Amino acid sequence: MIITTRNVDFFYGDFRALSSVTLDFEKNRVTALIGPSGCGKSTLLRLLNRMNDLIFGTRVEGEILFEGRNIYAPDVDPVEIRQRIGMVFQKPNPFPKSIFNNITFAPKLSGIRDSRAMEALVEESLKQAVLWDEVKDILDKSAMTLSGGQQQRLCIARALAMKPDVLLMDEPTSALDPISTAKIEELIEVLKKRYTIIIVTHNMQQAARISEYTGFFYLGKLIEFNATEKMFTNPDVKQTEDYITGRFG
Amino acid sequence: MKWRYFRQSVFFGVVRLSALIITLALLGIIAFLFYNGIRAITWDFLTLPPTDSMTKGGIMPAIVGTFYLTVGAIAVALPLGVVSAIYLTEYAKQGLFIRIIRVGVNCLAGVPSVVFGLFGLGFFVVFLRFGSSILAGSLTLGILILPTIIGSAEEALKAVPQTFREASLALGVTKWRTISRIVLPSALPGVLTGAILGVGRAAGETAPIMFTAAAFFTAALPKSIFDEVMALPYHIYVLATAGTHIEQTRPLQYGTALILIALVLGIDLFAIIMRSAVRRKKRW
Repeated sequence: MIITTRNVDFFYGDFRALSSVTLDFEKNRVTALIGPSGCGKSTLLRLLNRMNDLIFGTRVEGEILFEGRNIYAPDVDPVEIRQRIGMVFQKPNPFPKSIFNNITFAPKLSGIRDSRAMEALVEESLKQAVLWDEVKDILDKSAMTLSGGQQQRLCIARALAMKPDVLLMDEPTSALDPISTAKIEELIEVLKKRYTIIIVTHNMQQAARISEYTGFFYLGKLIEFNATEKMFTNPDVKQTEDYITGRFG
Repeated sequence: MKWRYFRQSVFFGVVRLSALIITLALLGIIAFLFYNGIRAITWDFLTLPPTDSMTKGGIMPAIVGTFYLTVGAIAVALPLGVVSAIYLTEYAKQGLFIRIIRVGVNCLAGVPSVVFGLFGLGFFVVFLRFGSSILAGSLTLGILILPTIIGSAEEALKAVPQTFREASLALGVTKWRTISRIVLPSALPGVLTGAILGVGRAAGETAPIMFTAAAFFTAALPKSIFDEVMALPYHIYVLATAGTHIEQTRPLQYGTALILIALVLGIDLFAIIMRSAVRRKKRW
């Protein structure tokens, strides 16, 4: 158990986006969060590395434990949390910098100075994201010249360069074409050996393909949490079955 | 159908005409200044101080003075304005307090420039005992152009995609470093646009420097920021209204105005080149 949520409620102003979510994320596994738009799955994901702190007028109740420590405790520095829990967004969002500098931006600020070590880190991260062969000769070119799929893998490499324990992915393939999507899915397959991956997805086939556990959300509630295989073949809750078989959503 | 296209072409015609009128007005002013002023411009005009009760000689001290005052004003207003804009857009909790500050900044933009001059006289010249000096004049002009700088810097910061901030913060980079390393560099072209506008305004104003920096006549160049200087707009004002040889110095007035325009355009050109250099590096 690397991350555990205990009775998490979340409010945007008066609107209750999550109610009483209790959920365990297992280490080195892929957990998928599914559900219709507005069900709170992305909200929960962004709570796990305190990205919702950036939105004014929000409130969290309950506990989110990362390795047993409540990340919303007053003495916790969200910057540290985010260094250990990386995130990949829906739309690829590389910085308007070179490919090389996209990777080195955050590690440099966290204190890596040696240029040899930095080059090794860039190579290692890009290899992990299966992008190295495509970009090794154009590292000083702007990241904006890459294709959407390449940009998304660059964003994954950039997150991996911080050596996180957990990788949060917020619909990472929804802006990509099928070939790029397949590449990202293959990548997730490899990455789960070293990282805990939590992925929000609209695509149920994707959840079935890549995850070991799946959580189904509806109207801010966790309806069912189960092993993916069970979830997609014989769910415990009727509502889950209705959603998965396409009867609503 | 025909009628619709007719209306469209009338509308486009009006749009085109307005653009044309504005361009012609600008070209007209420049041509007028050029026609009337070019004869006054000689090497001596650019390199000598005025002589013979300012009816002969040049305007070198005024060129130097205006250059110092403008650079000084930007040096005051750019850092202060950018920092204020960062506070307003990135840090401050949006609410009543921020609204009041914004209203204040907008009011500042609407204050007549002579009021800035009087404020500068009262506060910088007299109270802080800077005397009539480059320092007092630069500070006064700096405050004058502050709203312009804050406004354009705010717009530039707001135009930086939110995804850049999220990407950086999600990597465990602190908010301050996200702003200084990602947001601010991306906003730089817009910030420089504000600076360009500010330069034009600061260089051309007469009233704010009248009591705070500008000398009627001084042949010597300033040795420190506590010296007073001649300045181009004030020099034109003096020649055109206060001298005893107003008609006689007409060519000199036009020549001075031409140099003022050239100086402003020169500084603008420098900022524009810098801006396009920055833009070429940042594409998204």
